[in-house]
Amino acid sequence: MKFARTFTALRMAVAASVVLGIIAGSAHAQEKKPVRVGFSIAQTGPLSGAGKSGLLALQIWRDDVNGRGGLLGRPVELIVYDDQSNAATVPGIYSKLLDVDKVDLLIGPYSSNLTAPVMPMVKQRNLLLIGNFALDANARLRHDKYFSSLPSASADQWAAPFFDLAKQLQGKAVALLAADAEFAQTLAGGARNEAKKRGMQLVYDQTYPPATVDFSSMLRALRVKQPDAIFVAGYPSDSAAIVRAVKEIGVGDSVKLFGGGMVGLQNAPVMQSLGSTLNGVVNYHTWVPEKSLEFPGVSSFLARYQARAKDANVDALGYYLPPFNYAIGQMLEQAVTATKSLDHKLLAKYLHDNAINTIVGTVRFNEMGEWSQSRMIYIQFRALADKNLDQFRGPGKQVVVAPAAHKTGDIVPFAAARK
Amino acid sequence: MRNWSRFLIGATLSVLLALGLTRFVGNEYFFFATYVVLQFIVLATAWNILGGYGGYVNFGASAFFAVGAYCAVALTQSYALALPLQILAAALVTGLLGFAVGALTLRLRGIYFSIATVAVAVICETVIMNWSFVGGARGTTVLQPAAPAFFSSYTRLLFFVMALLALLAVAFARFVETSWIGRGLRAIRDNEEAAESVGVPTLKLKLFAATASGALMGAAGAPFALYMNFIEPTSAFSLNYSVSALAMPLIGGSANWLGPVIGAILLAGTQQIVTVTISSELNVLIVGLLLVVFVVAAPHGILGLWHKLVARGGQRP
Amino acid sequence: MSLELLVEAVVSGILLGGFYAAVSLGLSVAFGLLDVPHIAHPTLLVVGAYATYALAQLGIDPIAAGFMLMPAFFVIGVGLYRFYHALFERRGGDIALRGLAFFFGIAFIIEVVLILVFGVDQRLVEAAYIGSSVQLAGLQMPSRMLIAFALAGLLTLLLSTYLSRTFTGRAIKAVAQDQTALALMGADPVRIKQSAFGIATATCAIAGALLIIVGPVEPGMGRLYIGGTFCVAVLAGLGSMKGTLLAGLILGITESLVLTSLGTSWAPAVSFGLLLVVLAIRPSGLFGR
Repeated sequence: MKFARTFTALRMAVAASVVLGIIAGSAHAQEKKPVRVGFSIAQTGPLSGAGKSGLLALQIWRDDVNGRGGLLGRPVELIVYDDQSNAATVPGIYSKLLDVDKVDLLIGPYSSNLTAPVMPMVKQRNLLLIGNFALDANARLRHDKYFSSLPSASADQWAAPFFDLAKQLQGKAVALLAADAEFAQTLAGGARNEAKKRGMQLVYDQTYPPATVDFSSMLRALRVKQPDAIFVAGYPSDSAAIVRAVKEIGVGDSVKLFGGGMVGLQNAPVMQSLGSTLNGVVNYHTWVPEKSLEFPGVSSFLARYQARAKDANVDALGYYLPPFNYAIGQMLEQAVTATKSLDHKLLAKYLHDNAINTIVGTVRFNEMGEWSQSRMIYIQFRALADKNLDQFRGPGKQVVVAPAAHKTGDIVPFAAARK
Repeated sequence: MRNWSRFLIGATLSVLLALGLTRFVGNEYFFFATYVVLQFIVLATAWNILGGYGGYVNFGASAFFAVGAYCAVALTQSYALALPLQILAAALVTGLLGFAVGALTLRLRGIYFSIATVAVAVICETVIMNWSFVGGARGTTVLQPAAPAFFSSYTRLLFFVMALLALLAVAFARFVETSWIGRGLRAIRDNEEAAESVGVPTLKLKLFAATASGALMGAAGAPFALYMNFIEPTSAFSLNYSVSALAMPLIGGSANWLGPVIGAILLAGTQQIVTVTISSELNVLIVGLLLVVFVVAAPHGILGLWHKLVARGGQRP
Repeated sequence: MSLELLVEAVVSGILLGGFYAAVSLGLSVAFGLLDVPHIAHPTLLVVGAYATYALAQLGIDPIAAGFMLMPAFFVIGVGLYRFYHALFERRGGDIALRGLAFFFGIAFIIEVVLILVFGVDQRLVEAAYIGSSVQLAGLQMPSRMLIAFALAGLLTLLLSTYLSRTFTGRAIKAVAQDQTALALMGADPVRIKQSAFGIATATCAIAGALLIIVGPVEPGMGRLYIGGTFCVAVLAGLGSMKGTLLAGLILGITESLVLTSLGTSWAPAVSFGLLLVVLAIRPSGLFGR
């Protein structure tokens, strides 16, 4: 009986969404059936800050591509659901996208943990999936139709440039500080490997609970070990708290390099509030307004993004996720346009065989669907003033110090860069 | 007795219906969505045995759910146990956890007990976070095996298994409610000292209810990793499970076994629908509004409202 | 662990404990004295933090903003209590459980409003005492944590003096013990409870300001503080203000010591394990009635 009731409720929901779909679609009644691109991206919960800015980028792509006449002459329609930053909602959402909405193209949910439940699904159904900033999501299943939008293939590759910098500064002793949560732990694993590869010694290696408020105790315990380099893997709240604690109680004179994998130091409100506290910090990034990263189209995209960011109540600068989410759209667009098809097998073959031009540069994929050339950059914050968001819009404040291919300045030891 | 035979007929029909659905419903999404609703029926029904009948508000349902899920994962990783055995083992472990929580009622009552269950949940989560064998904070992939012969997909099998679990949980709750155990628990809820003084074996009953409730909540969590093909602590220990486990019986009506079922279908069903329709911050708003409106408008749940309406209707000429 | 580290950890823990006490004091009143299952308390802290943020954007100092917001929060608290009283306390029945669900609902609704107004990004404030430190008998301590501790001490002192010295204050304490007796004395229990709940909510303005002074806030942050604030209030023994301060200090020092050690990831288990142990030995908390 209860099943029947649930079923009725579901049928009503499906009917209602069909009706809604018809109403929404009637504007384009004369046009052809749209190409449906489906994905989930967090609009609530801890991942929603990045999620909202990423969604705006994909909406801009949709508007652009529809302005150019759509894909295969058909308009593009985004089918987007909020996964609430919760992996448990993902299986249901992707089944809905595939089995009810019958989307033509599929993008992964934002972040690694939410992508994990989708991978077996697309492998089993043999579908093309562009992962959305999921780290090493294809390692286990080795699906031949998975492609990543994250410019780093693995945690090791992600951490590597930092340890090259440490080496360059004659660092031998490394301290590692990581939040007890998925991404931070994965990255910390990469950092451990890279430190070991270079013969460096881990003098401090601790994991902290994500809700930690005060980091002064940890920093004191760490300072005693006199590390040359400190690698932090954290999330926005704790990253900001750690950077502040470093200014307040210091990390000692031994430290030549401080930073690593702190999520959140790319976000406009966090950067603006921390201001000069950030000086000298060396952190990973995906894109900053430096000469070496001026790929065709990126500045015009960011101008349009920033114009719409205020109304959408999202990150005002949009340097981190948005250009790469726009690039996801471009990957799909180039493959569909070139193959004149929505056949996932053809699209995957095209993406494997060809260079894809995006606003974040030309991308080639390896057999795992990861970028064959890592493009994760490390930037050093320099000469920042307080309470000024506009300073981040120009070059010279977030200097690319690694890798060599995109370098716009030499690394300055932590203490010197803070003066 | 006649009531029981009617219940048994209903139960048998439900099993056949669930089995039939796995054969004749073509749309896979139906099974993904109903699985979640069924899972909440088990969770809410299990919670209600201690919380609704006995009046001890367990605020750590997520811990039982997640420990059940992780127990299944650990056993799959090391012994490749079959699904029914995983569920059984999970129920055993969470039953023990329930027993321990039940022992807390020896000294703690009311909100003190609830806060103690929160503490238990935090400790369990920290242990899992630090246990690298099951993936720690990073989580671990647990791939579904090939679907067995009768079912065309593994998710359909999970749906059927969860339907059976839901039936089992409901039948058990109904048994507890209608037997002397239920009477004893209600006496404890209304006035524990008085119950004790008239010879109700309060401690035994509380331990029994806590153990059974815990075991069923763990069973609800056991197939979770297989449903997701993956498991990680943040979603397994989600506050959502703790809130839902108490909100659903409350919305449906916690005095009767049917209450949690109605509440789970309503709340979990709404959440499922909202997730794939409105799908924005408004889904948090809808859950919030549902909670406020129902506890205000229907103090004894939907069932209470229903009885009131029927009673009023009966008085009319 | 060297002696110097140990001393520093304890001092840091005391400051952190002050912060924990500050965010829990309101709950000690609302929940400890009035028996209102106020699970939306941490969400109101976040509202206080965002309100402070909004005022700070106008150039007002965050601490001053916290004090300025107190009257408004008092009114909000009175309103919320009247609503709760009309819907639950007057009607009777299983208040504790339904009240819990009700306040959860309220918390979710507030969270959505915060998302719609402020967006989902982390927000921070700037002030001279954020990101600077003070030398304290040879120990370097973050100024923002010192402020948290000082305000916690001030709030505790004010609240406990108010509760033991003034007529309304004593009536509030009486209402927690015997409503009928109080009514017989001619005081209206509802009015008294309403002002007590108003005071409890007013502390959320200051504590909310501390929240954003200490670190970034986001709309869903209240959920993280449910366990912590209730842990402090219960550990204290319901309704004791000095107990709340002490319970906060115990938790702060414990956490700080674990974070100084080499097993930092176990901090939550240690804090909540401590709570369980205390409850097992003294079921009504450290300073319970």
